[in-house]
Order: sequence, then C-alpha cells, then structure tokens
Amino acid sequence: MLRKLFKFHGGVKPQTNKTQSTTEPIASVPLPDRLVIPLHQAVGGHPRPLVQPGDHVLKGQRIGGADGNLSSAVHASTSGIVRDVAQAVMPHTSGLTTLSVIIEPDGEDRWCELEKVNYRSTPPDELRDFLRDAGVVGLGGAVFPSYAKLKPGKEGKLKTLVINGAECEPFITCDDMLMRERASDMLKGIVAMRYMLQAEEVLIGIEDNKPEAVASVQAAIKASGETGIEAVAIPTRYPAGGAKQLIRVLTGIEVPHGRRSTDFGVQCFNVGTAFSIFEALEHGRPLISRLVTVAGNVTAPRNYDVLIGTPMDHLVRLAGPRPDTDRYIMGGPMMGVRMPGFDVPVVKATNCVLVGSATMFPAPPPEMPCIRCGECAKACPADLAPFEMYWFSRSKNFGKAQEYHLFDCIECGCCSFVCPSHIPLVDYFRFSKSEIWSREREKESADGARDRFEFKNFRQEREKQEKAEKLAAKAAATREKVATEGAATPAAADGEAAPKPKPSGDDAKRALIEAAMEKARQQKAQVAPKNTDHLAPDVEADIAAIDARRNAAPARAADTPDA
Amino acid sequence: MTGIALVLGAVLGFASIKFKVEGDPLVEKIDAILPQTQCGQCGFPGCRPYATAIADGEAEINQCPPGGEEGIRKLADLLGREFKPLSEEHGVEKPKSVAVIDEATCIGCTLCIQACPVDAIVGAAKQLHTIVAAECTGCELCLAPCPVDCITMEAITETVDTWKWRYPVVEIKAA
Ligand code: SF4
Ligand code: SF4
Ligand code: SF4
Ligand code: SF4
Repeated sequence: MLRKLFKFHGGVKPQTNKTQSTTEPIASVPLPDRLVIPLHQAVGGHPRPLVQPGDHVLKGQRIGGADGNLSSAVHASTSGIVRDVAQAVMPHTSGLTTLSVIIEPDGEDRWCELEKVNYRSTPPDELRDFLRDAGVVGLGGAVFPSYAKLKPGKEGKLKTLVINGAECEPFITCDDMLMRERASDMLKGIVAMRYMLQAEEVLIGIEDNKPEAVASVQAAIKASGETGIEAVAIPTRYPAGGAKQLIRVLTGIEVPHGRRSTDFGVQCFNVGTAFSIFEALEHGRPLISRLVTVAGNVTAPRNYDVLIGTPMDHLVRLAGPRPDTDRYIMGGPMMGVRMPGFDVPVVKATNCVLVGSATMFPAPPPEMPCIRCGECAKACPADLAPFEMYWFSRSKNFGKAQEYHLFDCIECGCCSFVCPSHIPLVDYFRFSKSEIWSREREKESADGARDRFEFKNFRQEREKQEKAEKLAAKAAATREKVATEGAATPAAADGEAAPKPKPSGDDAKRALIEAAMEKARQQKAQVAPKNTDHLAPDVEADIAAIDARRNAAPARAADTPDA
Repeated sequence: MTGIALVLGAVLGFASIKFKVEGDPLVEKIDAILPQTQCGQCGFPGCRPYATAIADGEAEINQCPPGGEEGIRKLADLLGREFKPLSEEHGVEKPKSVAVIDEATCIGCTLCIQACPVDAIVGAAKQLHTIVAAECTGCELCLAPCPVDCITMEAITETVDTWKWRYPVVEIKAA
C-alpha cells in the first residue's frame, strides 16, 4: 500500500463511462447459427488451415496450425460442421477479407480431448510450443503471441513482471469484470508466468476507479499465500494502461524511444492473457473465447463471455441496441477502429464492441489549421511532438516524421483529444506509418530484384564465357584433326564451331513448337503424379483447382498463336 | 620490359576490378531510386545501365514508367533538375502487377525463364513452369517470348498486410 508510484508524461482524463456495464455479472452468449473464425488473428505469420469443408470438428480442436517463427494456432470454438474455408470480411477498418473457417455449430458444444501440462516439470521450450499451439495471445488488444514473450531474457531471469489491469480506455470493463469474478484463476496463471520468466516480483497495476477489482485481486493473493505479488491501485489517467506508461508508473523506469522494456528487466502482460494461460495449462483449454464489453448505444451494457467467431450483431442483440445504431467500433472511443459491417466476427483482439450512433459520436468539427499551441505535446504520454509529426505527415515528408520518433507513437489519441483545432492527428500518424511500411516493403523487394538481376547477368556472362571456351577448345581439336588428316573438308570445322544452329525462319520455329506441344500432350496423358498421398488440405485444394484449369485448357492449347 | 608491362597490367587490371566493385556513388544513389523492375522500357538493358546513363547526362530522368511520377520527382530532387512528366514514348504508369502462368497451357519450353531478368520463374525443360509471385517485378518481358501465350499479367490486389490507412480528408476552414 505504501509503494511509491511515479507519473508518466502527459495523458488526459476523458469521461470513463464504465459504471454502466459493471452492474451485472459476466453473461454467456447463446450459440450463433454460424461462427466465422479468421485464421490470422495474431501478430505474425498466417496459420495454415487444418480442416476442410465437410469435416466435423470438436470444441477446442485445432483448425489453424501456427506457421513460421512467430505465429499462433487457432481453434474451433464449438463442435460442429465446417461449412467452408473461405475468404470472409474481417473485423478491420479496411473491410478486406481474410481466409476464415466457417463452422455451423451442432449444438452439442462437445470438447475434444484436452491435454493439460504441468509447467514445473515441462522444459521451457516445450511449454512455449504448447502455449503457441493453444493459441494464447495478448488479450489487451495487441494480440502478440504470448509464448514469444515468455522468455526470461539474457540473464535467465526477470526483475519485474507487470500485469496490466489498468484498463484505462473509456467504456471498456472486461478486465475489471475478469478481476472481480475470476481473480483466483487469473492469479494461478500469473504464478505460472512468474515461474516461466523467473521474475523476482509481480506488480498488478489497476486504476483506482476499480476498487472492487483491486479488493478482489488482493483477497485472491492473500488466500493463495503467494509472496512477492502485489496488486497496486494506480491513479486513473488515460493511457495508464499503455505498457510503457504502466511500467513507468509502477517501477519508475522510463523506457527510452526505440528501446524495449525487457532491456530493463521488465515484461508486461494483460490480466486476460494471464487467465487464458491458466486455462491452457490447468485445463488444457485453448483460447476459444474471451470477455467482451458491449457498451455505448445499448439499453443494457454488459460483459459477455464470447466464443471467438461469434458475429458481432449476434452479440450486440443481447444488450439491446437502440434503433438509431449506425456503427460498431472495436475497442474504445480513443483507440478503437470502426468496423466495416455489423456481422464481422469477434476475434481474439476484440475487447469491446462499442455501439455508436450519429448522435452519440457526432462528426468532429471541421479541421482547422494548427496554431502550434503545443497542447498536443503536453498531452502526449510518449513524450513526442505531435504537431511536428503532423506537419511532416501532412506534407508526406515521411523521413522527417520518422526523425520525430513517429514509430514511438502508441496511437493513444490524447493529442487529437486535446487539439483545439480538431485535427485528427492520429489519422495522420496511422497514414504515415502505413506509407512508411509499404515503402520498406517496396524497397526490400527492389533490393531483392536488383540482386537477382545482377546475379543473372553474372551467370549469363559466365555461361557465355564457358561456352566460348568450350567452342574454342573444340575448334582447336578439329583444326588439329584437319591438319593431321589433311584431307578433311574445311566446311565440317566451320559447321561445328558455329554458335548453336538456328532454325531459319518462322516455319521451322513453328514446326518445332508444334512438335514440343505434341510431345508435352503425350507426356501429360501418360504421366500420373505419384506424390499426391497424405497432402495438407490446402495443397489438395490447389491441385484440384489446377486440374480443373488443365481440363478446360486443351481447346486453348490447340490454336497456336503466332510465335 | 615485358616484366614491367606484366606487373603494370596486373595492377591496372586489379584496380579496374576494385573500382568497379565500389561503383560510382551517384550511380548508386540513382539506382536506389529506380524501381528495379528491370523491364528495359527506359531504353536501357536494366535499371543500373539507365542509372549510369542519367549520371553521365546521356538520358533524361523521365524515361522510367514503373517508377512513375514519384520516381521522377525523387530523381529531380536528387539531381537538382526540373521535374518533367513521364515521357510518353517510353510507356505509361500502370498499377503494379505480377505475371501468372496458366499451368494447363504451359508446354515447358523454358523461353520465359530465359527472358525473366530476375529469375522469378521456376521450372525445367519440359516441366510446367511457375512464377514466384513475390519475386516477380511485373516487367512483362516474359509475355512476348511465350509461344503459347499462356502468361498473363494480374494486378496485385490489396491484402490486410499491404493495406494502407488513407490520407485524412482535410477540411480547412478559413481561420
Ligand atoms: S494541439 Fe493541435 S493546434 Fe495545438 S499544436 Fe498540437 S496540433 Fe497544433
Ligand atoms: S497518439 Fe501518438 S502522438 Fe498523439 S498523444 Fe498518443 S502517443 Fe502522442
Ligand atoms: S524503365 Fe524498367 S529497366 Fe528502366 S529503370 Fe525503369 S524499371 Fe528499370
Ligand atoms: S515473371 Fe515475367 S513479368 Fe515477372 S519478372 Fe519475370 S519476366 Fe518479368
């Protein structure tokens, strides 16, 4: 209780609007008719589909396998039939589609066989693989695969494990309710994480506008008899839940621009993540559901335990949306993003569905010129100069924007919140960042193309040289032969030394091509592929598609165009 | 005499190799701006030769269609020259696309492999060929040599990984 707390720079105090959704306990959601589970839900590589249309899946069965060195598995959230593995609109501002598994629930909600782990007797690498395959990712919104963060770092141990229960964003209360109702299970997850990270102390930071949560967590710590774990009430100020800000408040460590907290012996996890780690280790249950706050323009704001893949409108209906609802925002009013539709699925990143209307979130007043008042810089918790970054983003001078540490911006929205000229600063920063990323990608592929081009030229040069040498040797040999035999005709030598006989004229070429095509056709008819057993479903789908195209082709192959 | 000539020759030869590797810094800078599509539309056999020609003052800066307006602007900035629109005789700016081989029609003639400047096509003689989309620069050089016209260009569609936030719509009110 007497812990010394620190302050982070800037921050704002928006209206919290949290009490409305905490009056009722966490509720469950009836099974929807259809679950749409995107395969790519976490930072990192795209998981590959492990099921195909028509398959029967059980609750908790893996349907997407982690792929690449940073990736996280995806599971069926209930039992049922896979109706399709297809592109579906994802909960993302762009409205673009992503490969998703569409499941029609059979209503039985039957679990697959679950395998639990004893984390104390399992080697760390295996434990991390287990968590990767259980699909555990950061539930605070960043959806970073947790296994990748559960490494104790160079020294083999960590100083402080920070557990983030600050939940600073207005309207959102899912972490609050989790701490109130599931504190002891969450604590078991924290103890497991502490063991994996060999952390000396654990600090659970909770904003002081959630006294029930603080009390509940403190009671759970007491009941467990664990030492070195402390639940700390911190002052309510947005964005106290930002990782760097929370670390600053709890430990006083200021993580400089461009550095990471692990460099200072601190690692930060969300309370919801701790709970899902408990579920995975203790019950073997993968991450197939999460708590979601439904708030805003609804008659009964509340928290729900929602299966991943549940359409948002199915969920929102339970809370009674008002008739003038015209938008869903995923996340809160400060950092949330507008959804492209109402039926997009709840995913691992969905902490809140904020229901909005034109009266509730009126269009912002028109943007006016920046008067360089400096309010934004005063409010910026990352200690940046938003007006400078704005200036250079606006004029698309991205190099300059980066010099002002654009990539340290956490898109918290404090600057836009205070700006007297109503400039949507964050929109400019998001625009700049994605432009810079896209340029990086372009540059990388251009560099690759340059290297391959240069290599090809080098190879051709070398081949030419080798050919010339060979020809020269051959010519010399022939000359010798001619000289020794004396009587040979010079024409033979000429013929052999000439560089590769060329067909004269188009007819000859066409004839050659015809012959090649005929041969190819014959070969195609004869050869049956032998490597088509035991293939992954996606490969099989590819082969089917190619075969279909091939069958449709002979007609086109026959009419030879001009060469 | 011959000895000295040989030694000098070796030294000169070495020097020429060494300097070739280091390259002309201006050419490097220009080459870094060029898109590396290696399509030859600029009238030179690849981006680097074009970069050399620009550096030597033998070519205009508006001859590269894949680089487009933005590329010309960057070249103008770098060289302190005046911006000019893309020269029409060299082509038009198109959306970036990649080549796709119709596997059903491909006869495995290897002509496209030989044409591809960046080794983006894999396959062997008489085997079906495939284009590695991530490495294809969209230069279109493989289209013409294909005897059965089985290669087409497909525009690259946006995915969530390549999606970009739009430039905010600005409404500036008179202050
Ligand atoms: S708060 Fe707005 S008007 Fe003031 S300096 Fe920042 S961007 Fe400019
Ligand atoms: S959005 Fe970025 S620039 Fe604006 S206050 Fe937050 S961290 Fe600072
Ligand atoms: S026109 Fe083609 S070859 Fe020439 S510089 Fe541009 S991309 Fe390179
Ligand atoms: S595959 Fe065709 S379009 Fe693509 S880089 Fe090679 S030659 Fe150019």
